[in-house]
Amino acid sequence: MAHGRIRARLRRSHFYTFGCLRPTTTDEGPHPLQGPGFSRTVHCNQPEIHERRPLYYCKNDISTTKYNVLTFFPKALFEQFRRVANIYFLLAACLSASPISPFSPLSMIAPLAFVVGLSMAKEALEDSRRFVQDVKVNHRKVHHHKGDGVFGPRMWQNIMVGDVVKVEKDKFFPADLLLLSSSYEDGICYVETMNLDGETNLKVKRSLESTLFLDSDEAFKDFAGTIRCEDPNPNLYTFVGNFEHERQVYPLDPSQILLRDSKLRNTEYIYGVVIFTGHDSKVMQNSTRSPSKRSTIEEKMDYIIYTLFTVLIFISIISSIGFIVKTKYQTPTWWYLRPDSIESQYDPQKIGVAGLSHLVTALILYGYLIPISLYVSIEVVKVLQATFINQDIHMYDEETGTPADARTSNLNEELGQVDTILSDKTGTLTCNQMDFLKCSIAGTPYGVCSSEVEVAAAKQIASDLEDDDSDLSNFPLPNKKGHVSWENVGVAEEYELETVVTSKGDEDEKHAIKGFGFEDDRLMNGNWLQEPNTDDILLFFRILAVCHTAIPELNEETGSFTYEAESPDEGAFLVAAREFGFEFCRRTQSSIFTRERISTSGKVVEREYKLLNLLDFTSKRKRMSVIVRDEEGQLFLLCKGADSIIFDRLSKNGKIYLEATTMHLNDYGEAGLRTLALAYRRLEEKEYSDWNDEFQKAKAAVGADRDAMLERVSEMMEKELILVGATAIEDKLQKGVPDCIDKLAQAGLKIWVLTGDKMETAINIGFSCSLLRQGMKQICITTNSDTESNDVKQAIKDNILNQITNATQMIKLEKDPHAAFALIIDGKTLTYTLEDDLKHKFLGLAVDCASVICCRVSPKQKALVTRLVKEGTGKTTLAIGDGANDVGMIQEADIGVGISGVEGMQAVMASDFSIAQFRFLERLLVVHGHWCYKRIAQMICYFFYKNIAFGLTIFYFEAFTGFSGQSVYDDWYMILFNVCLTSLPVISLGVFEQDVPSDVCLQFPALYQQGPKNLFFDWYRILGWMANGLYSSIVIFLLTVTILYDHPFREDGQTADMAAVGTTMFTCIIWAVNVQIALTMSHFTWIQHLFIWGSIMTWYVFLTIYGMLSPEYSKNAYHLLVEALGPAPIYWSTTLLVTVTCNLPYLIHISLQRCFNPMDHHIIQEIKHYKKDIEDQHMWIRESSKARQETKIGFTARVEAKIRQLKGKLQRKHSFLTIMSPVHK
Amino acid sequence: MATNSAGSNDPTVNRRQTKRPKYSKFTQQELPACKPILTPQAVISAFLIVTAIFIPIGVASLIASRDVVEIVDRYEAACVPSNWTDKIAYIQSGADKTCKRELHVEKRMKSPIYVYYQLDNFYQNHRRYVKSRNDEQLRDAGKGNSTSGCDPESNVDGVPIVPCGLIAWSMFNDTYSFSRNNNNVTVNKKGISWKSDRDHKFGSDVFPKNFQNGTIKGGASLNETIPLSQQEDLIVWMRTAALPTFRKLYGKIEVDLEKGDVINVVLQNNYNTYSFSGKKKLVLSTTSWLGGKNDFLGIAYLSVGGLSFFLAMAFAIVYFVKPRQLGDPSYLSWNRNAAGQ
Repeated sequence: MAHGRIRARLRRSHFYTFGCLRPTTTDEGPHPLQGPGFSRTVHCNQPEIHERRPLYYCKNDISTTKYNVLTFFPKALFEQFRRVANIYFLLAACLSASPISPFSPLSMIAPLAFVVGLSMAKEALEDSRRFVQDVKVNHRKVHHHKGDGVFGPRMWQNIMVGDVVKVEKDKFFPADLLLLSSSYEDGICYVETMNLDGETNLKVKRSLESTLFLDSDEAFKDFAGTIRCEDPNPNLYTFVGNFEHERQVYPLDPSQILLRDSKLRNTEYIYGVVIFTGHDSKVMQNSTRSPSKRSTIEEKMDYIIYTLFTVLIFISIISSIGFIVKTKYQTPTWWYLRPDSIESQYDPQKIGVAGLSHLVTALILYGYLIPISLYVSIEVVKVLQATFINQDIHMYDEETGTPADARTSNLNEELGQVDTILSDKTGTLTCNQMDFLKCSIAGTPYGVCSSEVEVAAAKQIASDLEDDDSDLSNFPLPNKKGHVSWENVGVAEEYELETVVTSKGDEDEKHAIKGFGFEDDRLMNGNWLQEPNTDDILLFFRILAVCHTAIPELNEETGSFTYEAESPDEGAFLVAAREFGFEFCRRTQSSIFTRERISTSGKVVEREYKLLNLLDFTSKRKRMSVIVRDEEGQLFLLCKGADSIIFDRLSKNGKIYLEATTMHLNDYGEAGLRTLALAYRRLEEKEYSDWNDEFQKAKAAVGADRDAMLERVSEMMEKELILVGATAIEDKLQKGVPDCIDKLAQAGLKIWVLTGDKMETAINIGFSCSLLRQGMKQICITTNSDTESNDVKQAIKDNILNQITNATQMIKLEKDPHAAFALIIDGKTLTYTLEDDLKHKFLGLAVDCASVICCRVSPKQKALVTRLVKEGTGKTTLAIGDGANDVGMIQEADIGVGISGVEGMQAVMASDFSIAQFRFLERLLVVHGHWCYKRIAQMICYFFYKNIAFGLTIFYFEAFTGFSGQSVYDDWYMILFNVCLTSLPVISLGVFEQDVPSDVCLQFPALYQQGPKNLFFDWYRILGWMANGLYSSIVIFLLTVTILYDHPFREDGQTADMAAVGTTMFTCIIWAVNVQIALTMSHFTWIQHLFIWGSIMTWYVFLTIYGMLSPEYSKNAYHLLVEALGPAPIYWSTTLLVTVTCNLPYLIHISLQRCFNPMDHHIIQEIKHYKKDIEDQHMWIRESSKARQETKIGFTARVEAKIRQLKGKLQRKHSFLTIMSPVHK
Repeated sequence: MATNSAGSNDPTVNRRQTKRPKYSKFTQQELPACKPILTPQAVISAFLIVTAIFIPIGVASLIASRDVVEIVDRYEAACVPSNWTDKIAYIQSGADKTCKRELHVEKRMKSPIYVYYQLDNFYQNHRRYVKSRNDEQLRDAGKGNSTSGCDPESNVDGVPIVPCGLIAWSMFNDTYSFSRNNNNVTVNKKGISWKSDRDHKFGSDVFPKNFQNGTIKGGASLNETIPLSQQEDLIVWMRTAALPTFRKLYGKIEVDLEKGDVINVVLQNNYNTYSFSGKKKLVLSTTSWLGGKNDFLGIAYLSVGGLSFFLAMAFAIVYFVKPRQLGDPSYLSWNRNAAGQ
């Protein structure tokens, strides 16, 4: 480390014109900290003061768990009983001890305890995982000042306010710190805030001048100071406070504050004092408690439960009325009930009391309409589904070793209904790694490697061309010649693609240099010397090697240099320059040293460039320049910047390559690459010194317009440039991203990109992942003004409204069905747009656009946009991101997906699902989402069916018992019905059902639309199932009763008593509902077979065992099956009759549906069944390529657009040929 | 751009590999499965199979049911002497309840002929009634005092009743005796209850005690010298019926009755169904393998079988008239939509 310190002792601030210049004087005094909100006092280096009130602040351990040991029971119980159904069952259980209850207490309490216990166990398990995660964070170590200038490691959770800590390179800050000093002499440090706001470029923080002396461990021996500052608040970009040191008061501003969860970069170490700890820290203040989310299906399920409750109350009232009538007018004559001595609950004299108590009885009795085990079955199913998601080997990332993780299992089915995906960019779509891929020098394009987009598109074109042969032959081709000409085009194209693909394949093997994907023998290994325009090429390389702000670092093991650059682009340039033989090796205060290998012999010459000025990059300027003097004493201005900016500043003779370069830049843009143009200018000594005077004046200026002045002066120099070439850098997308986006688009999903990055970057990425393409109409909504005054604000809003209206009009008037629009909006505009009066207009426009890209958005805006989409469209949204800046949107969206496997766990912690790579999203949604949606939907429908079929028989029987509240079934039958006789088959339906196998799901993305269209859980279907349940209950009851009620049911002449009738009826129910579920399933593994037929067997086994118990326990069921029912043929034939009759209508329904109105998965099942996919592969491929939603994004759309373009060309050619054809004739 | 030195992350690789999901067909949801689909053949054959099973069963049931000879005689109205206008008063009076009925045998009845009494509108399944018994007491002589659940027929003057409860108290007490051509036809009252009931539920050492001694007399009295396990009428009665109309076995006649026989029945019309206007019927019935005379089962089987035959035909016609080739991709939604546009 000592080595690092010595070497890095550079006045880095020297490089920065604008960003980090320490103003020599400052006119802002200490902030008058007063009033509420500014009451925090921190005694630096005296943490012991903060151990007592009133200066005791919260500890640095964080907790994201929902419960702790003490609150778990009350809170989790409360959560459980927020479900209406559970409250109902709780009341029923409470009443079960009273004589009102028709059942024994055990039969009411046991299932409830089971259900609630299981759900709570699940909660506990999930929370404990969060706890483990917290512990991991809390136990991270940081060096803290133990006293007497000695630093030692300490766990994060023990860090106190006022502690001095030392944070080393690439470590996270444990709390919000005040920067005291760094390994750089001038107290600068670099911070990566990706976890906070998602921006990838490093931020520079600087300490106060007055604390710079604290540059070693020993210096803290006697250090003391006081900070007075604002109270904890969630605002990331402001900080108000004063630092008092040796009776001097200095004002603090955000640039001295290091926020928790950001990371120290490019700086060996920093010293800082803790200001905000734990939940007081800004990032924690920003985070909201993860809301518990419920899926749409579950919300709808509540309505069904309410419906059932209504039915329950309705039939209970009917039953009570019946009871009242019977009791009032008939029971007094039923002498066998001893009406002269009767309990009040049956007393016709007190009919009111009797009626009410009967109402309660009825409510409990018919409780089987409400499936108590539904919730618990769903939870079991979802946990198992989640296990399958976690276990899916196709979603396991080999590189980082992380499998997918369903963190909360209650949203599985929601995955199958997603409509809009809101994605973060950095770390999600891209890996934040730049590869130098291509360049254009002096009008000649170099670089044969193709970007991922090109490769993906090429594959698509290749397969589509094959397919479209037939399509194209439909073209009215006048004669053979026309056709030939087309084929030539096709062949040429294919040939080109072929090379593209193969070269990519090779490259994968040998290319291993990070940041450098370039391959072209013309430039490599010094061969560029043989190229024409050697001078330009030389200049090009020099610009790459010299025009930057990076610091080289010698890797002692390999002897090569690595670079610490502010942005990964710059790093890629330097790596490229190194590979070309222009290795940047050293930087001093005033010079840049490169090792150049100019001759073919490979001789390396070290050259020095005197760095005179550096005009650095800002998002406004979009360019950076250096002014250097080379060894020959020549002055150069070397400039790189956005093409549009550079092109505007070219001199007349600097435009020689303009046309060619522009063309190449377009190609690069189309290939999804980030481009920069490089230019230079030779300076005269005089010209420079004049300018430099002015520049120095501006630099030394004080006041608000200093930046503007500097900018203006810089502007003066950056003109009359000569274009050398352009670079194309691939912002390395994560593996498989374009492909995944394409598939998701085909599945009918809309994809929005919300990024903290700047607009150009966002657009580039839009191109590279095919969300944008050439020919797509880009609608940019922007504002220019920074001011905040009110009337200006109104004007801005009017302006935005105007832009939105215009764009909407434009889309409306668009005639071309293939036209696609892209909406690009920046964060500043978004602040206005998200206000109430504009947001719906904005949403309306956004929904019409094929892709939407929001750039420079803050975490809060991400959440707001997500909310807008969620609430505005009412569709299901999914947010995916990897950093803490995405937490808001992840929590806000219906489903939050975190990218795991990278550092910083905030997003993952807040997410509902975590996956290691964006591309796994496809499988997560299209396979697991689709399956889970269908499974849960079918399962819930079936559940209601079975409980209605069962519960209503109790009601019918009631009517025949004078509504007295007697149940025909033994208590045990009722308990077991939901718990074990019918639960396993439905769980196996919910866990194992597959309408189509996973590969088909992926091949036919259109199948996914069954979810968002909610084809399997609409009211039509739900009511259908309920009607089926009603029908079954009627059939079961009527048939059984009619057959058994009076006639002897055996050869021995015995008649059936209540136990026999009840048991027969129950047998029929078990058969009917289990056969029903077998009809519902389309996928039987041995598990389903085991569960379905096993459940039926279990019933008989239970009945036998129950019958063998002593009559003390088995009561009327004693020997029932063995002695009474088993030998009676009528028992078995009734079972058969009822089972078939119950299921006949459903069988007819599905037969008719498949016959007349087959759904997609039916057809695919048939194709698979007849193995047509193997026999007729052409058809299979054709169908799978057609099985996609009309999409305007993704490279498929891009390819289609290209094909359309080709066809257009062809048509032109064709018309041209027809003009020519007379000659042929 | 730092390049990672190779090999430095070997231990982490090992650690990471432990997280790798293990491949198995189960976890990857790739278990071999049968995926039956409803092809036209499957649909038609399903319906035909139902037909093929149901029609024979239906026919057999119907034949069995038709073989059963059943004589039903409703007597509760006719057995009230015409001079009593108030039937309830009659049944509650001490008047002679003997009543003579004639049954005509229309068809030969092979023994055993089962004798049933049938009650209508009698809610043996009323919750209060069903619960009003104590099984312990019936089974175990030592538990004679346990009368919980039997109120208000649990004890008389503090002495527990065996068997207690409303069910036993209200036991049916009409009696029948049959004669043919002045020859007595014996009614065998043994073996009319379930064996398990006699052996395990009603104790052979439990004797009726204090039964029907209360202020209000319900139904039948019991011979206090015979253990409950032999009081088969009681055992049958205690098996509560499911519906308010029910039959219970009274006894068996173990001689054949010939066609044209006239059976004279002398019955004691003791049981009060007049209060709640319930009917009383005497039923003589033979049985078949299927039980009693039960046309409904056969008819139900035949109708379901017939229906599924009809459906099989209907589907056959549908598939013939409007065949849809299975797996025809033109039915896929995207192809159909395209055609629709």
